[in-house]
Amino acid sequence: MPAVTQKPGTEAVALSNEEVQRYSRHLIMPEVGMEGQLKLKAAKVLCIGAGGLGSPLAMYLAAAGVGTLGLVDFDVVDFTNLQRQILHSTADVGRKKLDSAAETLAGINPQVEVRKFETKLTSANALEIFRQFDIVADGTDNFPTRYLVNDACVLTGKPNVYGSIFRFEGQASVFAVKDGPCYRCLYPEPPPPGLVPSCAEGGVLGILPGLVGVIQATETIKLILGAGREQSLIGRLLMVDAMGMKFRELKLRKNPECPVCGKNPSIHELIDYQEFCGVRAEEASTTQMPAIEVEELKRKLDAGEGVFVLDVREPHEYQICNLEGHLIPLGDLPKRVHELDSSREIVAHCRSGKRSAEAVEFLQKAGFRKVWNLTGGILAWADRIDPKMPKY
Amino acid sequence: MKIHIPTPLRLYADKKDTVEVPGKTVAEGLANLTAHYSDLRRHLYTDEGKLRAFVNIYLNDEDIRYLQQENTPVKEGDSLSIVPSIAGGEA
Repeated sequence: MPAVTQKPGTEAVALSNEEVQRYSRHLIMPEVGMEGQLKLKAAKVLCIGAGGLGSPLAMYLAAAGVGTLGLVDFDVVDFTNLQRQILHSTADVGRKKLDSAAETLAGINPQVEVRKFETKLTSANALEIFRQFDIVADGTDNFPTRYLVNDACVLTGKPNVYGSIFRFEGQASVFAVKDGPCYRCLYPEPPPPGLVPSCAEGGVLGILPGLVGVIQATETIKLILGAGREQSLIGRLLMVDAMGMKFRELKLRKNPECPVCGKNPSIHELIDYQEFCGVRAEEASTTQMPAIEVEELKRKLDAGEGVFVLDVREPHEYQICNLEGHLIPLGDLPKRVHELDSSREIVAHCRSGKRSAEAVEFLQKAGFRKVWNLTGGILAWADRIDPKMPKY
Repeated sequence: MKIHIPTPLRLYADKKDTVEVPGKTVAEGLANLTAHYSDLRRHLYTDEGKLRAFVNIYLNDEDIRYLQQENTPVKEGDSLSIVPSIAGGEA
């Protein structure tokens, strides 16, 4: 079982009287004790992302006395983050997430050394950063980085404590431990962009990254303490359904043919993950999507050109704000396509332009020739045409 | 057999989280599922009719890749889980 022990040559860490008092509830537990607490103090954990998952993760690791916490995030605190990213407060909106996070963590536990990496994690810097730590906890929000983190963990031999979320469903596991599976064993290939909705499109229950992030913190602490392998999430995918409060588990096996951690790996260095995930190809192909800007739509509507506005969002979104479009939620479009007149000019919109792009593709395949996607969705309308419209 | 539909795909399955379908193998179960919910097809299968690599199918708690893939037999009371990769966040 990979326990994080002190490297030879480092000073033997001891606990001050103040620390003994701070961690007393750990020290009186045989599962932790003085030995375990010293391991926590000597441990170095890298948290990728100081957002939804990173917040509870970093906070609990700091509270637990992990000696060194690395934080990787180049983002700035946004108002919409506060619903779930509890590292940050209202006063932090507009601040760098790393600065806000470091302050919160120092408040919880001033003894923790916080190392900030204000950078996008890339193939050029990942290996060098990972080598400075013992364990990596992945709280990222996009597929290219997930694959990058996984491969870098396998290549540097660091366990990857994985957590991911969508709406009210989460996953957690521990990858890249010796003889255990890695992320690619489970998902050898990423989904094409646009096929899996993101939080901004699907929404997320604020508590969910809290639930999953604390599971990640728990698994990280157990790795440090050297808890039993059978007790950890190595080789297990924990699936959380917060709405039904159901926890299910699936077996994860190490894939002997895995290109990065298998018997004959073909990947020995980090690759271009944007290309791997098809992001570059998608960026090229969106130029083929017939699109219309909000200014042009406004002009057409004001001129009474008879354009038909199709809103493919959900009813509860229509209630927040709308362009008085005809509402057919994206999922219902195939059933209700007969409500549309293909001889009319149709402009499809959603919140930010992603779902409506899918709708336009579907309609084109169904033979519609006069259909356009409203670039930027109703958010762009609220930004540039009607500032009184609420943004969500 | 019961098929668990993951959240990102419920949009294409009438918002259901589980669907009951007949079938003696995994292939039959999935075929019946996509026959009923045709929009699910392109999310589960490529144009060539192969299961997409970022979607895993489990029979109870075992990955079918380590059983007999789509030919894995399914008994009364078994359940299938469709487990796609999710990554939260980025707008």
